[in-house]
Amino acid sequence: MMGKGNAPAVRTKKKFKRTWPFYLMVLPGLIYLLINNYMPMFGIIIAFKDMNYSKGIFGSDWCGLENFRFLFGTKDAWTITRNTIGYNVAFFVIGTFLAVFLAICMNEIRSRTASKLYQTLILLPYLISWVVVSYLVYAFLSGENGFLNKSLFPALGLKPINWYQDKTYWPYILVLVNTWKSVGYSMIIYFSSIVGISQDYYEAARIDGASKIKQIRYITLPLLKPTVITMFILSVGQVFRSDFGLFYQVTKNSGALYEYTRTIDVYVYQALMKNADYSMSGAASVYQSICGFILIVAANLIVRKYNRSSALF
Amino acid sequence: MKTREYCVTQVITNGICIIVTICAILPFILLVIASFTDDSWAALHGFTFFPGKWSLTAYQYIAAKWATIGRAYLMTLVVTAIGTLASLFISVLFAYGISKQNVAGMKIISFLLIFTMLFNGGLVSTYYCYVKIWGIKDTIWALVVPNLMMNAFNVILIRNYFVNSIPASLEEAARIDGAGEFKILGWIILPLSKPIIATIGLMTLLVYWNDWQNGLYYLTARNGADYFTIQIVLNNINEDIRAISAAVTTGTMTAGVSLPSTTIRMAIAVVGVLPILVLYPFFQRYFVKGITLGGVKE
Repeated sequence: MMGKGNAPAVRTKKKFKRTWPFYLMVLPGLIYLLINNYMPMFGIIIAFKDMNYSKGIFGSDWCGLENFRFLFGTKDAWTITRNTIGYNVAFFVIGTFLAVFLAICMNEIRSRTASKLYQTLILLPYLISWVVVSYLVYAFLSGENGFLNKSLFPALGLKPINWYQDKTYWPYILVLVNTWKSVGYSMIIYFSSIVGISQDYYEAARIDGASKIKQIRYITLPLLKPTVITMFILSVGQVFRSDFGLFYQVTKNSGALYEYTRTIDVYVYQALMKNADYSMSGAASVYQSICGFILIVAANLIVRKYNRSSALF
Repeated sequence: MKTREYCVTQVITNGICIIVTICAILPFILLVIASFTDDSWAALHGFTFFPGKWSLTAYQYIAAKWATIGRAYLMTLVVTAIGTLASLFISVLFAYGISKQNVAGMKIISFLLIFTMLFNGGLVSTYYCYVKIWGIKDTIWALVVPNLMMNAFNVILIRNYFVNSIPASLEEAARIDGAGEFKILGWIILPLSKPIIATIGLMTLLVYWNDWQNGLYYLTARNGADYFTIQIVLNNINEDIRAISAAVTTGTMTAGVSLPSTTIRMAIAVVGVLPILVLYPFFQRYFVKGITLGGVKE
């Protein structure tokens, strides 16, 4: 159609005439990503600086890995890492077990109304903020007029427990609260995956006289395995991240509980906002980002090997 | 035919689900009952599911303080509305753009989006950038901007919907008829994308409604109080409790920090979640859809 000589230039021009609206469309999002994500990525150099707020990032002196050496010289570094990873593992194991169990039960229920009702209500805690959850928990644990200390324990003849000062119970409380809030979410994921299993398998098993338990054991569970593995690998990528709201709000950020409740995110917040300590919070924050990055990439490599279609990228 | 096994299965599974359902909603019931419990009765007997004395004092207090709490409510509504609409606007445009993978550069732009899910600067540098460079401390932007396109995954879900669920022939036909790209998006694609827009929109709405973290990071009581939402008010009460108990342990009692009674606090929490509890049943299916979309990728 066109003269050969100036073809590429004209084609590019013509193409752009057709495609410029698309670039305009992505522009606001790109600007946002730059502001919200990419600028902070370069901001991680704070961790390598002897940060002086009045001098700004670029004015402050470099200090190499000094901040990291200082951070890992404290006992805190070990505690927050252990807590972050430990809770994630506990949340995943207990959450998955319960969610799969519930999803299987849900799938057996024949009354659609009942099943809808259960699903709706079990998902409810997922929708509320951690601040409100902290109020719910406080209604149970408060020393002043909490349900447990003032109402249930006296009735059972038990001594009141100073919940917000006694750290020994918190691993259980946090696992319980987190499971309570998130089990509906994962149950729905597993449930939708069970619903997708072809009825032919069950039909064949019934003809062979397999009991319900056997059908679950030999059909449902094996076919659920890919979903569980995908969820597992996704959560491996998140193992250095913790839900700030859970650990900050539900524990009321009580210092007496820190040994068992402080995670990396709470530590970073505390060091940054309460102590204005850019060096320590910056180092901990970068430590988290980099470990998280390595794990996500590694986890994704494994997903790709295992099941290409569920890979993130 | 209803066999014995069928009946046993129904009884056991329904039984388990009923128990779990009760566990899920019991704390809410306690919260609501606590807010209606008489203050002095609660001080003696604690919160129970069957209080000996009911009272409306907590709600009367809220009504009396409506200037503060009503304002926070209004702020929540304003922030949620602006945030959700702006977020959908940016996300839909971006998703449509990157759904055109044959347009030069869109692959790179998609990667820029996906990379934000893998690596982030963390709280410290994000905070520094927002405060020092953009100056959003104590402005309404602090509540809107950080959550705008927080979840890159949502954008990808919208993009996938555009690619997989809308026939390309419709677009082509409109293009041949001379429609511009914006017209195609607005008049052809969007009306067909209502399900995904509703799902993502509701998820975003929930994020804005429930947000207290940005208030904690960026709003100070001295200069940012105008922008306190209901969640931030609830968080501030928690912060005051923290300050008081810290002062008690160190022996430096701070003057001027007064706390509403526990029942009043419970009532404020009820007011904060009420809209979600009331509206949720109507939108339940969208949430379920959003979760299954996000959890099990197709």
